[in-house]
Amino acid sequence: MNMPATKIEVETATPAAVAAPVVAMRPKRPPRSEAYARMARETAVRVIPPLVVLALLTLVWELVCRRAGSALPPPSKVFKDTKELILDPFFDHGGIDKGLFWHLSASLQRVALGYSLSAIAGIALGVLVGQSVWAMRGLDPLFQVLRTIPPLAWLPLSLAAFRDGQPSAIFVIFITSIWPIIINTAVGVRNIPQDYRNVAAVVQLNPLEFFSKIMIPAAAPYIFTGLRIGIGLSWLAIVAAEMLIGGVGIGFFIWDAWNSSHISEIVLALFYVGIVGFVLDRLIAGLGKVVTRGTATS
Amino acid sequence: MTAYLKLDHIDKIFTRGAATTEVLKDINLTIEKGQYVSIIGHSGCGKSTLLNIIAGLTTATTGGVLLENREVNSPGPDRAVVFQNHSLLPWLTVYENVKLGVDKVFARTKTRAERDAWVMHNLNLVQMAHARDKRPSEISGGMKQRVGIARALAMEPKVLLLDEPFGALDALTRAHLQDSVMALHQKLGNTILMITHDVDEAVLLSDRIVMMTNGPSARIGEVLEVPLARPRKRLELATNTTYLKCRQRVLEFLYERHRFVEAA
Repeated sequence: MNMPATKIEVETATPAAVAAPVVAMRPKRPPRSEAYARMARETAVRVIPPLVVLALLTLVWELVCRRAGSALPPPSKVFKDTKELILDPFFDHGGIDKGLFWHLSASLQRVALGYSLSAIAGIALGVLVGQSVWAMRGLDPLFQVLRTIPPLAWLPLSLAAFRDGQPSAIFVIFITSIWPIIINTAVGVRNIPQDYRNVAAVVQLNPLEFFSKIMIPAAAPYIFTGLRIGIGLSWLAIVAAEMLIGGVGIGFFIWDAWNSSHISEIVLALFYVGIVGFVLDRLIAGLGKVVTRGTATS
Repeated sequence: MTAYLKLDHIDKIFTRGAATTEVLKDINLTIEKGQYVSIIGHSGCGKSTLLNIIAGLTTATTGGVLLENREVNSPGPDRAVVFQNHSLLPWLTVYENVKLGVDKVFARTKTRAERDAWVMHNLNLVQMAHARDKRPSEISGGMKQRVGIARALAMEPKVLLLDEPFGALDALTRAHLQDSVMALHQKLGNTILMITHDVDEAVLLSDRIVMMTNGPSARIGEVLEVPLARPRKRLELATNTTYLKCRQRVLEFLYERHRFVEAA
């Protein structure tokens, strides 16, 4: 038992010796098949519960709406009525008589345009408000009031200004989604730790380098929170705006279906609206994850 | 001896509304090239404010900082700082964090390949080359501080400013890092100014220890020369009489003559 004891003593007695090499340990990679099995299990855990709930809700809906004289169609009838729309979303009979793909794509184009504008303007204004105390004092109260105005309240004003439905709808998207982007960006910029600013000062980054190398990455988690809320709001606003401006678009498709008492088509359209909104949200969230590269919490 | 870094009658008064607080009063200090100077004092005595003034991150109310006889009052890579909490940018890798400074300082004087080699050279100095592609969140606290030191060294500062660089580390890591800093100082001959509140650390590392009185209106109470030969060995010093005397002197200053007064 003496040997190990002396050995330990020798080791502790020379702390000033050269630093021990630090070895990077990599976890041993488990075999492929095991990884696949685990992946499948994880997917099942996530996918099965919502599917079960969905099936149950559909069943309840079917039972409730099946009786004669029911105001709303049961799922089986919805499917029967809208089979053509589901199976052929790409038809185009001119005017507004088009497949759902064209309606959704028209709405998405409006959202893409309005949302891109609001992302650019929102981040720029947010940086301004976050960086400058005077800009914040001047603009923030204004933003706080303006952001409470419901999207559709802007529509008549923008129709009066643009005298056309298309730019008005885009403006409504823009004005709806810009506020959370501004506010979150400003909070993000204001919360950049003083340490990072000190580092930038010592290294002598110029304002442009500070913006691209420190400010944007440091505020990215906040900015993406704003962008994510913004995309959700734009999708909410577009459906309502399109109901009023008419033309091709999923919003007017719903309104048109109501006017022609095609309740099943409304149900189908709502289904698509939900799915697209979900995908948009996930898209921005995914983009945020890629851009902040998992550093959001550190 | 010639003054390399000179603090000339520095006063610092913080003003908030009508209330003013005098933090530093008439700080005069001359540091020679290649010296390792520590500033020690109780918390709240304005050590960090003083370091920030030297770094240019805050400005002195009156007085100024002279580096090689030229006044410096804005931050710059000639006075690189190792921050207490490492302050590495979490979205950059270890390599990129060091490179950020190198790219700015040597933008004109070094080619891309030379800059890359210089970054790796400095990572090697602190034994962190193996982690070049890791992000700060993936390495330990001691490693982060090593990278922080590499980042500062890589800017080839005239004066290296250390702001309680080992404060947030556990005792073993701290000792290890102190030895590394000592070795680097021995090898590169940098002029180093370190803020600390650890008496042993100050005596072990410094050529001179600047002891500050308690704030408000903190002054330099005493400057102690540490006449210990280098290289210094931690274990040998534990029984060295000069070391113990210096240590005793600092302790007396801090705990007898300028005892920390708890704010009521």
